[in-house]
Amino acid sequence: MHPAKSVILFTTASGVGYGLLFLLILGHMLGVIPTDQTLALSGFCTAFILIVLGLLSSTFHLGRPERAWRALTQWRSSWLSREGILAIVTFLPTGIYGLWWAFFSSNHFAFLPVIGIAALLLCCATVYCTSMIYACLKPVAAWHNKFVPAGYLILSLSTGALLLNAILHLQGKNDQLFDMITIVLIIIAVVHKFYYWQYINENAGQSTVGSATGLGSMGKVRLLEAAHTEANYLMKEMGFKIARKHRQKLRNITFIFGFIFPIFLISLSGMISNATLSNLAIILSILSGALGIITERWLFFAEAKHTVSLYYGAEKV
Amino acid sequence: MTCLPQNGPQKKLGLVIDLDICVGCHACAVNCKEWNTGGHSAPLTDMDPYGADPNGVWFNRIHSFEVVDDDSDSRTVHFPKSCLHCDDAPCVTVCPTGASYKREEDGIVLVDADKCIGCKLCSWACAYGAREYDEDAGIMKKCTLCVDRIYNENLPEASRVPACVSTCPVGARSFGDLGDPNSDVSKLVAEREGFDLMAELDYKPTNKYLPPRPKQNENAVSDKPVSLSPVETEKAGLLARWADKVLSL
Repeated sequence: MHPAKSVILFTTASGVGYGLLFLLILGHMLGVIPTDQTLALSGFCTAFILIVLGLLSSTFHLGRPERAWRALTQWRSSWLSREGILAIVTFLPTGIYGLWWAFFSSNHFAFLPVIGIAALLLCCATVYCTSMIYACLKPVAAWHNKFVPAGYLILSLSTGALLLNAILHLQGKNDQLFDMITIVLIIIAVVHKFYYWQYINENAGQSTVGSATGLGSMGKVRLLEAAHTEANYLMKEMGFKIARKHRQKLRNITFIFGFIFPIFLISLSGMISNATLSNLAIILSILSGALGIITERWLFFAEAKHTVSLYYGAEKV
Repeated sequence: MTCLPQNGPQKKLGLVIDLDICVGCHACAVNCKEWNTGGHSAPLTDMDPYGADPNGVWFNRIHSFEVVDDDSDSRTVHFPKSCLHCDDAPCVTVCPTGASYKREEDGIVLVDADKCIGCKLCSWACAYGAREYDEDAGIMKKCTLCVDRIYNENLPEASRVPACVSTCPVGARSFGDLGDPNSDVSKLVAEREGFDLMAELDYKPTNKYLPPRPKQNENAVSDKPVSLSPVETEKAGLLARWADKVLSL
């Protein structure tokens, strides 16, 4: 599938944003992270900027972006529509929670736990809807499985944790507990990623050129002559081959930059007593994680094979 | 509304394509383009039509496949493909705007050009590649089953069929109500064991395909070889065997 830059930015940036919001609010509710105003302002602003950036970029690839509001109307059947609505609704409880924490935390607010729990659930639901946009597509076997929603949720948390850990570090507020939480989340993410890769290696779709043409029972089917002499929309959109050519290298990049380097750099920064070097390691962990997650998402789109390719020379999906 | 008709459509208008008859002349695709570039979803934009990299919107395409059986006997099957107007049409349900819809009265799947935002998700949801993106208009377009012909009272009754059906010179395409078991098209499908494309995905396509008939020579008594192979030495004539021996010395 064609890996549109806008969709990669949308899914990764909003994923990090929701993961960050989730961990900030959960951490605050459980009392495991500091409760000062600087953290509230920097954390919530970073998350909202990433989410808004993601949502805006998702409209860039539209043919008619001025009509984007219409995408909020078909929540009964469309995961894309549900995602749009939940993304907007989620701003409400997360925004209230952030504002209270930053400016009114000296006043008692009885409904805060309710708002906090609503915010946590909505963050998860929004990321789940994002994943279901892809997981509901039967023609793409690499997406139509339960690893996909699980992966979006886990990666949202692990990348959010990586960012929150960096924010805490740079403000000198980190402790070993949050280092450990971040590392554990990254390890869960990498284990999931390996299971997903193994799953898609072993479970290609059922469709073949034989079932796509219905001629399979007569013998071996192969495309003899294409419908056109030139490429068409379908071939450009669904026939992306570069990722499959370099699949293993790209998986290695995801593995090393997305998971191994961040774990190493977080551990390293905990061991260095020099504040500048420690902060440098943390900044590098963010850059490495960003490169890793963008490669992961690019590969997620680019290596997925669509059944349409069966009409354009592929033998199986 | 992008939910599908609750009790299924009243009629299931669609096409039956006979892979035994189709000769791969592409006339259906040409007439489709000609009619529809002035029809319901007009225009079928061509980008760079006279340049180095022409491409454009087509609702109907003819792919040609080769099928080789166990005896290495091969045959060519021309394979026209357009929207199959599925009963369980995910291109409709994934649409976030309500632009894609399946008509309750006849099951035709259409796009409302005024509502489409060009997110392309429907083209990802279609297993068959029936959706076409118009880069110029920024919206999706697709086969309308010539909704502007089949009910058009300004046309003579015989012409009230999709453009691809009316133009097929060999009669490989039939049009009718596949929801009615007594219609001509349903009888044809039953008689010839018509099939669904990618039945494993369970999209319940309305359009059916009829398989190519077996080759007549498969039932022939003669042991005519399928392919040309050199005559074996022992079976060659006297002169040829003598020449073979002399030359092998």
